[in-house]
Amino acid sequence: MTQDNRLYGPLDDVAGDAGHVGHPPRMGFFTDTSVCIGCKACEVACKEWNLLPDDGFELLGMSLDNTGSLGASSWRHVAFIEQERPIAGQDPGVIGTPTGPSGTGATATSVAEALHGTPGRGSELGTEPVDLPMPSFELPGEGTGAEGRTDFRWLMASDVCKHCTHAGCLDVCPTGALFRTEFGTVVVQQDICNGCGYCVPACPYGVIDRREDDGRAWKCTLCYDRLKGGLEPACAKACPTDSIQFGPLDQLRERAARRVDQLHEVGVPEARLYGEDPHDGVGGTGAMFLLLDEPEVYGLPPDPVVPTRDLPRMWRFAGAAAGALVVAAIGAFAGRRP
Amino acid sequence: MTDRPTEPRSDTGARDRDALLWQGLGQSGDRPAGRRRKKGADDGSRETPMVPRATFQSYYGRPVLKAPVWKDDIAYYFFLGGLSAGSSLLGAGADLTSRPGLRRGTRVAALASLGVGAFYLVKDLGRPERFLNMLRVVKPTSPMSVGTWVLTAYGPAVGLAAASELLPQQLRRSVLGRLIDSLARPAGLSAAALAPAVASYTAVLLSQTAVPAWHDSHEELPFIFTGSAAASAGGLGMIIAPAAEAGPARALALYGAAVELAASRRLEHRLGVESEHFHTGRAGRELRLAATLTAVGAAGTLVLGRRGRVAGCVAGAALVAGGFFERLGLLHAGAASAVDPRATVQPQRARIEAGRPARS
Repeated sequence: MTQDNRLYGPLDDVAGDAGHVGHPPRMGFFTDTSVCIGCKACEVACKEWNLLPDDGFELLGMSLDNTGSLGASSWRHVAFIEQERPIAGQDPGVIGTPTGPSGTGATATSVAEALHGTPGRGSELGTEPVDLPMPSFELPGEGTGAEGRTDFRWLMASDVCKHCTHAGCLDVCPTGALFRTEFGTVVVQQDICNGCGYCVPACPYGVIDRREDDGRAWKCTLCYDRLKGGLEPACAKACPTDSIQFGPLDQLRERAARRVDQLHEVGVPEARLYGEDPHDGVGGTGAMFLLLDEPEVYGLPPDPVVPTRDLPRMWRFAGAAAGALVVAAIGAFAGRRP
Repeated sequence: MTDRPTEPRSDTGARDRDALLWQGLGQSGDRPAGRRRKKGADDGSRETPMVPRATFQSYYGRPVLKAPVWKDDIAYYFFLGGLSAGSSLLGAGADLTSRPGLRRGTRVAALASLGVGAFYLVKDLGRPERFLNMLRVVKPTSPMSVGTWVLTAYGPAVGLAAASELLPQQLRRSVLGRLIDSLARPAGLSAAALAPAVASYTAVLLSQTAVPAWHDSHEELPFIFTGSAAASAGGLGMIIAPAAEAGPARALALYGAAVELAASRRLEHRLGVESEHFHTGRAGRELRLAATLTAVGAAGTLVLGRRGRVAGCVAGAALVAGGFFERLGLLHAGAASAVDPRATVQPQRARIEAGRPARS
């Protein structure tokens, strides 16, 4: 029970630190975004298994992402990032063939003018005859040549609760509703949570949130119920490309290190791991990621720190302020006679 | 590189404030020189960049952190809790130095403000009927749990001290009345002993979050909170106590106003994005109003405080109002900084670029 680094730093046995005896190994996720195809099966499987309510049917105008972010009712979130840069290390099968805009300038201008002239600016497309010039039979982009090719890559990444070694939400929960399971994951007990909301700003990743209609805080449980029954979490089960891998964290860390080496060898130098380092600001996460760009591009904080790291220092300053208040109060009465 | 695609990017026209950050970022590729390529032109934009990208990046400008779900109720509680704590200190001092007018007023004010504050505290819960779940555990890592237990000890002490002031005359001679009377002083002193914790734990509560404006100000917030508690309780003491007995209230108010103003100034004059949300928007307006009211109240206390009850009341009211807007402003500054991805990403990115990421 008595380990160092109980507030910050690497912690070998998180479940043991929480008081579990004879517990299973720490389980987690490794999300390899380099093979994510953005199918959102993880989001759907999570919603289905955990009976999560919808959180709005909005069109957000953010590529194919209409979920927006993790939240009280979205425990997996697939991010879509469109970038004008090459797909490193991948052969899209078009090298050597002319690629580029799928139409010529003439057709584009013609279509644009026709659309502009219609009452609905194209919303009724296909209902009116549109005068197009003769179709061209050249390959797409041949007119502009190889120079006109556009570099383009589409990053997709399925985000999830990180199940931190030092979890800000867990540290601040005043009711004990949040607890550390025997698998080393962090789960909210919904029959205890009184909706104080402290966990929400305490999470350095912005994962946990309170449901407005329900008043309680919700987040990924790493399918605690399925784990109890020896099953893998619903999202990992549903992932068709094994972008989401589930297993004992030690094995996942090795696998992640191998995968990032492999990608570096084949020419993807931007591949990097996120959350795998037990020496980082949250003591390493239970859900780590292989990313192809900086974390903030995916909406992840680049250098997250558990707020509890500074807790002793905060109390020292509070103690100083409280002491000064006592001295001031005594001073206010001392030396005065009514 | 001649033609860029004429088709608009799919995030064009997105509603998010910084959604267009991506456009025209002009990122060059990270492809290494020795990569296998069959043929095709290389336009030079694929060289490994030699300097790190200076531009702030985000996911469609969306917040990294979740906005705190606390409503203004929590700011009311912070204000009222501080008012109660400062009043308890004044009440105990007045009791020991035989100032019955100040004692009576501050003891009752301590209970009233704590009662209303506790109401707002419970009201802000998502499940108010479960507020007793706070007493399931004692959790040193949670300032809210620590505060709950401090309040659990503080509340009855304040209540007992106030009860002796509110006791009807006919009950005073009863056994119960004599018991309450005899316990009033120990209870008042206990409340005063716990009062500094009541006034300061809320600062740690705000700081132990990932919200940049709150977390980064953990050195100043306790002094702002205790200073503001002293200023507003002193101000209230000037209103409710006879001018002849209000000397200690004026002294405490002046101390509190000085500390609050100095600590706020230090907080707001930091450089960079860390202090930005203390200046801008609703929080900026509230904090400026708070500083003005506190400064006016302090000046009034200093110059006019001894001249009589009316001048004391005006100055005292300004101090009380200053403390109120201070808490409101601090709450809103945190909320604004939480949903600003720059406030989250830029300092963290700067740490990494400087070679000082968080490490243990």
